[in-house]
Amino acid sequence: MSFSGSFAVVGAYEHPTRWAPDKTELQIIGESARGALEDAGLSLADVDGLFSASMSLGGMGIVSVAEYLNLKPRYIDGSNIGGSSFVSHVTHAGAAIAAGLCDIALIVYGSVAASDASAIGTGMRGGRDAGSAFVAPYGQTLVGSYAMAARRHMHEFGTKPEQLAEIAVSTRGHAALNPKAKMRLPITVEGVMESRMIADPLHLLDCCIISDGGGAVVVTSLERARDLAKRPVLVQGCGEAVCHQEVGSPDLMTIAAKQSGENAFRMAGVSQDDIDLCTIYDSFTITVLMTLEDLGFCKKGEGGAFIDERSLRYDGDFPCNTHGGQLGCGQAGLAGGLSHVTESVLQLQRRGEARQVRDADVAYVNGTGGMMAEQVALILEGA
Amino acid sequence: MGTRMSADGKPLPVPNPTTQPYFDAARKGQLRIQRCPRDGFFFYPRARCPGCLGNDWSWQDVSGRGEVHAFTIDRMGHDPALASEVPFVIAVVELEEGPRMTARIVDCAFDDVRIGMPLEARFESIEDITLVRFAPSAGVDRLDDQGSCERSSMT
Repeated sequence: MSFSGSFAVVGAYEHPTRWAPDKTELQIIGESARGALEDAGLSLADVDGLFSASMSLGGMGIVSVAEYLNLKPRYIDGSNIGGSSFVSHVTHAGAAIAAGLCDIALIVYGSVAASDASAIGTGMRGGRDAGSAFVAPYGQTLVGSYAMAARRHMHEFGTKPEQLAEIAVSTRGHAALNPKAKMRLPITVEGVMESRMIADPLHLLDCCIISDGGGAVVVTSLERARDLAKRPVLVQGCGEAVCHQEVGSPDLMTIAAKQSGENAFRMAGVSQDDIDLCTIYDSFTITVLMTLEDLGFCKKGEGGAFIDERSLRYDGDFPCNTHGGQLGCGQAGLAGGLSHVTESVLQLQRRGEARQVRDADVAYVNGTGGMMAEQVALILEGA
Repeated sequence: MGTRMSADGKPLPVPNPTTQPYFDAARKGQLRIQRCPRDGFFFYPRARCPGCLGNDWSWQDVSGRGEVHAFTIDRMGHDPALASEVPFVIAVVELEEGPRMTARIVDCAFDDVRIGMPLEARFESIEDITLVRFAPSAGVDRLDDQGSCERSSMT
């Protein structure tokens, strides 16, 4: 049996909270776990594989999660590759299931990044690696790194700030249709351009919105999925990649999504034209534009023209980030990345409500971590 | 640790046995980077060549010339300790010898910085460490017909 299509997402839950000063991240994790298991028609007792990652619980955070959920899983994976962690956990869960190491995998996350006043991406006080000594002292930040890529893209390819702004506008348009979104007021290109400059050329509204929240998904074998309540969402393709981060990046203009994307398309046996909707990690507008290029939805350098010619709206010809993305729905710490998985699953199960993409059967999920360094792809198909 | 804080809370590099020669050279106003006999120059300083993981590289003094590959302007002071320095320009500088490094652009009005602008290394000491900066190359006093680039003499 081939790995492609051998496992499925059978439950998905996006926590409704965007501001939770009265909750801990473990409480949100507990609520999200319960939500996803109920969605799948399963209970905690069924779970024998646990997958989680945390920004604040520390490197062994997965142990705290297992303890809080009172789980004794026979397979655990606490891999943390930033915002792409949970996209990769779906693949890892499939591999563990295929190997017989677990049957029902719970992927869960919670965050109180907003009520902790965690300004993700704006500080870089250095790390333990020697490389940080050659970046942090200059005042470089995560947003600054993306800004440099945006500036170079504009220089090399003539990309306009208005084209980046349009990505924020269409994404916020989706947020207006999602009751769980943090920022539901529509914005305009002019509004983005007039918002204050955070790291030139990225404006405030080119940046995602830090939020509280979380979510969970349940993954199991196709065989088991057939017996469960919801339309199974098969994982047809997956791919992971990492490239140089920060200092020493050989090429600011090509990101590792090229590698992860090619592998995912090959495994799934589909092409870009077969994709009905995308959920693309949107830490910043430039992240989306460069990811679409490296995934082959347009040629390198033509992302700006692609934005001009196509509509990223849920009812347009290239539906993208229909939940409102992190630019509108919110970036609940690392769960900003998980929200891209839950949204694609909901869309393929025809549960997109006011923002439902018509006849959506195949979705592309792209997770990004760090300075576009970690890239993870999933190609999902409604069974 | 790769970094520590200065007395006034700014991030500063902490040399280790491998990176010390880079900082020693900077102290003397010289940019020095590693060169692998097979893979050529590389940056940042490290014990093993990123191309082949060999350790038969050598330190080489380089020209200190380069150009702006990419940049951003920090007007916000995301790091509170650096807020007093805004606006400042952080750039990826492509060295004449090939490698790219992150650095501040100095001696130039922040809104005059352009991609491709020729640069040369400058050196600024803070406490016991010297940081490499870059400034527009001598002779590039005027960037274009409209914008002038204010130069200050090095002390």
